[in-house]
Amino acid sequence: MGKKRHIRVMVAKPGLDGHDRGARIIARAYRDAGFEVVYSGLHQTPEEIVEAAIQEDVDMIGLSSLAGAHNYLFPRTIELLREKGADDIDVCGGGIIPDEDILKLKEEGIKEIFTPGTSLDDIVSWVKANVKTR
Amino acid sequence: MDSVAEKVIAGDIRAVARLIRDIDDGMPEVRETLKELYPSTGHAYVLGITGAPGVGKSTLVDQMVNHMRKNNKTVGVLAVDPTSPFSGGAILGDRVRMQRHSMDEGVFIRSMATRGHFGGLTQSTRSAIDVLDAMGKDYIIVETVGVGQDEVDVVKSAHTTVIVVIPGMGDDIQAIKAGILETGDIFIINKADREGADKTMSDLRLMIDMDKKKYEGGKWKPPILKAQAVFDKGVTEILEEIERHRQYLLKTSGDLQFRRKKNRVQEELIDMLKKRLIEEVLENLTETGQFDQAVDSIVQGKIDPYSACDDLVLPAIEFLTGESGKG
Amino acid sequence: MSSIFDRKVFDEIEEAQTKWNEELDRIFSSKPERLKRFSTVSDREIKRIYTPKDVGSQDFMNDLGFPGQYPFTRGVQPSMYRGRLWTMRMFAGLGSATDTNRRFHLLVKEGQTGLSTAFDMPTLMGYDTDSPKARGECGKCGVAIDNLKDMEDLFDGLPIDKITTSMTINPPASVIWAMYIAMAEKRGIDRRVIGGTIQNDMLKEFIAQKTFMCPPKPSVRVITDTVEFGTNNVPRWNTISISGYHIREAGSTAVQELAFTIADGIAYTQEAIDRGLDVDDFAPRFSFFFNSHLDFFEEIAKFRAARRMWARIMKERFKAKDPRSWWLRFHTQTAGCSLTAQQPYNNVIRTALQALAAVMGGTQSLHTNSLDEVLAIPTEEAATIALRTQQIIAEESGVANTIDPLGGSYFVESLTNQMEEEAFDIINKIDDMGGMLTAIEKNYPQQEIADSAYHYQRQVDQKEKTVVGVNKYATDEEIPVDMLEIDEELEKLQIEKNNRVKSERDATSVKECLEKVGEACVGTQNVMEPLIEAVKAYATLQEICDVFRAVFGEYRDPGIY
Repeated sequence: MGKKRHIRVMVAKPGLDGHDRGARIIARAYRDAGFEVVYSGLHQTPEEIVEAAIQEDVDMIGLSSLAGAHNYLFPRTIELLREKGADDIDVCGGGIIPDEDILKLKEEGIKEIFTPGTSLDDIVSWVKANVKTR
Repeated sequence: MDSVAEKVIAGDIRAVARLIRDIDDGMPEVRETLKELYPSTGHAYVLGITGAPGVGKSTLVDQMVNHMRKNNKTVGVLAVDPTSPFSGGAILGDRVRMQRHSMDEGVFIRSMATRGHFGGLTQSTRSAIDVLDAMGKDYIIVETVGVGQDEVDVVKSAHTTVIVVIPGMGDDIQAIKAGILETGDIFIINKADREGADKTMSDLRLMIDMDKKKYEGGKWKPPILKAQAVFDKGVTEILEEIERHRQYLLKTSGDLQFRRKKNRVQEELIDMLKKRLIEEVLENLTETGQFDQAVDSIVQGKIDPYSACDDLVLPAIEFLTGESGKG
Repeated sequence: MSSIFDRKVFDEIEEAQTKWNEELDRIFSSKPERLKRFSTVSDREIKRIYTPKDVGSQDFMNDLGFPGQYPFTRGVQPSMYRGRLWTMRMFAGLGSATDTNRRFHLLVKEGQTGLSTAFDMPTLMGYDTDSPKARGECGKCGVAIDNLKDMEDLFDGLPIDKITTSMTINPPASVIWAMYIAMAEKRGIDRRVIGGTIQNDMLKEFIAQKTFMCPPKPSVRVITDTVEFGTNNVPRWNTISISGYHIREAGSTAVQELAFTIADGIAYTQEAIDRGLDVDDFAPRFSFFFNSHLDFFEEIAKFRAARRMWARIMKERFKAKDPRSWWLRFHTQTAGCSLTAQQPYNNVIRTALQALAAVMGGTQSLHTNSLDEVLAIPTEEAATIALRTQQIIAEESGVANTIDPLGGSYFVESLTNQMEEEAFDIINKIDDMGGMLTAIEKNYPQQEIADSAYHYQRQVDQKEKTVVGVNKYATDEEIPVDMLEIDEELEKLQIEKNNRVKSERDATSVKECLEKVGEACVGTQNVMEPLIEAVKAYATLQEICDVFRAVFGEYRDPGIY
């Protein structure tokens, strides 16, 4: 019989951006939805995030950025996952990310971007529907 | 193609991470791997760090890892946080305080949730300890919130158990007494710069000294240390005491294979049997629909729970033992 | 002391109100009230109507008084906007120093009356552009400043002896201030002449904004150094802008914003007094920075309560004698977190209402957000509209014709009293814990804010709180808005520029200066003079901050959720 796994996600704050209101709220929402959430804390480099994601065997990394550096930080995370043979871990993003950037980021491998105003329930539903556990 | 066990022994981080996940999620194929790994276990020194939320356990573990790395020792950390009884989810936030070690190849940090199912914490964590042991870690630190019986049990999987308190806990120290106090090998008063540190020290000392007979004949008497983990104060002394305890264990037991000592083995085997039997039986009963039928019957008042249980279980017991359980 | 209303009037009102409520209950029994609950954005329940009874035994002369008179509820200066309008101070910063300089010139030309600087993340965190931690972040949310040359370019051609400059900078505030002072002196402008503000409020960083560098105690020590230096050397400078804005942005309620900010102010005051400074020497130069959020009346009440609370604290708790020590002067920014990415033009209206609240609450200076702030750094057009918002309020709306126009409103006076009482409860709690530094160590304010933030989000998701364009009146239509893009080349150019500066300077001199900074940090010497020397020698921002980090240690996020 197929055992049902708990979804494990990582909520991460890459770069120097200190706005963590959204990240902390989504972490709580994920917990309330029954996920196990590893919270990275602030000021993480993409290298640190990927290393942690691998050790924690998460199904998805949620990156939060509100200071404009997403065009470097998000693709770098994908690149590192690929390098380490861990690109089966999905990567999503959230925060202040303009529309043109969203297209580019999705092309580079970010699965979805959640912009301001998206309800927590919508985000959780999306994750439940689209992120596969092993 | 290396088996999972071979990869773990070779130190493959992804393999270790995935194996722990499989253990946690109760994947059946895990058993074969754990069998294969078992001969490679028994080398790591296991520390249990426990205490109420907010006492600074993670910060302390972070500093301990730092010191251990400076002494060229490798470390595995299992940080256990409670699963929400309402949602079944958990925020695993201990890692934040140890993140500076995430790029260090000699350190493996894993966050685990208690998941609250029968014997879950104990069994999964024990197996995870075995995995990190087989991976070759010199030290394994298991950090838990010491508030329930589960956590007390985990702490029994450790060579040395460290209990962390903070000043001003007052009545909480009385609360600690239940079970956990007995398992403490070393007591730490963290955030010792706060008011009430000396009183906490004397309260603890009183409690420990109360049972003088326990420590007669050269038996280990738990030291009480002050520390300020966030400033890296007192950490060297804590590690020295841990080493002293390790020497004590070696001297009194001859070796550090405490999990292969008879009463430990009995405890662990009972836990394993319970979990395995219950899981298998429950799975079978659920699949055949008998479980749900029984629930419905009880709800509709057609049968009492005791009889329902007998009906479900007795056939299984008969099959196993060849005896009828009734009468 | 006379009450505004007497006992007999109160009884009449009580009777009439009871009848009126009964009538309403009848009306609502067949057709219910418009909402299940009428509350502010902070979830404070609001009554159907307010009467003199709600103001109670308020004493006009003692509790309200006149502007410029203790307890300053109606305004700090006697003349307020009748004498001079609030300073229109638009926050600006983007890309390179030259880019921002251009934006500064534009805003001044369009009528702005004070400069306000936004720095990029590496600068805010005390890193140079070439640090590996800074990759991808150069110029993205503010101007990149690596050394004194950048500071000189930033203020090129601007009359800093005539207008004041605010710099929103926290961990490396002392260093950036040193650069500003050095830049002025190189232009022949004496430090006694320059005026402005550095935000320099680390307590709120640990609580809310989370740009940190060194742990709380040494951070506060350096801040006290700046207070001391400013008191003795740069008399027109506000050395701390005690901030509530970020606390609110992180998700606190209005009362929490009020309480935590004032509690921070109390902590800084105590530190300076413990240093041996006379309260009347430094307190007049403390300034505050508040958020102006969505609930119009709650915000106005908050500002009025803040003034009265600070006056009482300064006079009674700290025994300040100079009336200027009792003043709570504040800058306001409209709430960034209330703006939406959906239907961005709605943000112009939100900002206008929030600006109006700030003006009716008596702010000394004001920044209005631009409509595209949720998406990127504002374009020139968007920033200009935001500035025009202030100008229209000032010149066309008439609200600045009289001082404290809402004074005497039963609703506003009642709210002001309530907020003051609730805020003092929180401050007493913090005092019982041992003060703000200890409260921060115990994660008390951080946890309170996290809980409020989550509560609000849940209310929005469950449509208990409306966000127009998002959970109500939403459209699928995409509304295009022009956006500002930061040139990706900038990072490379900035690194090259910094390298040039480093190659042209006297390396020995830099080394000596950095050593002197280190000595001052280890000992008790005030760090400002050594910092000014170091920046004059063209030591970079990170080189100096690395000395701070080496001596004081680095602070890491404890991860409170």
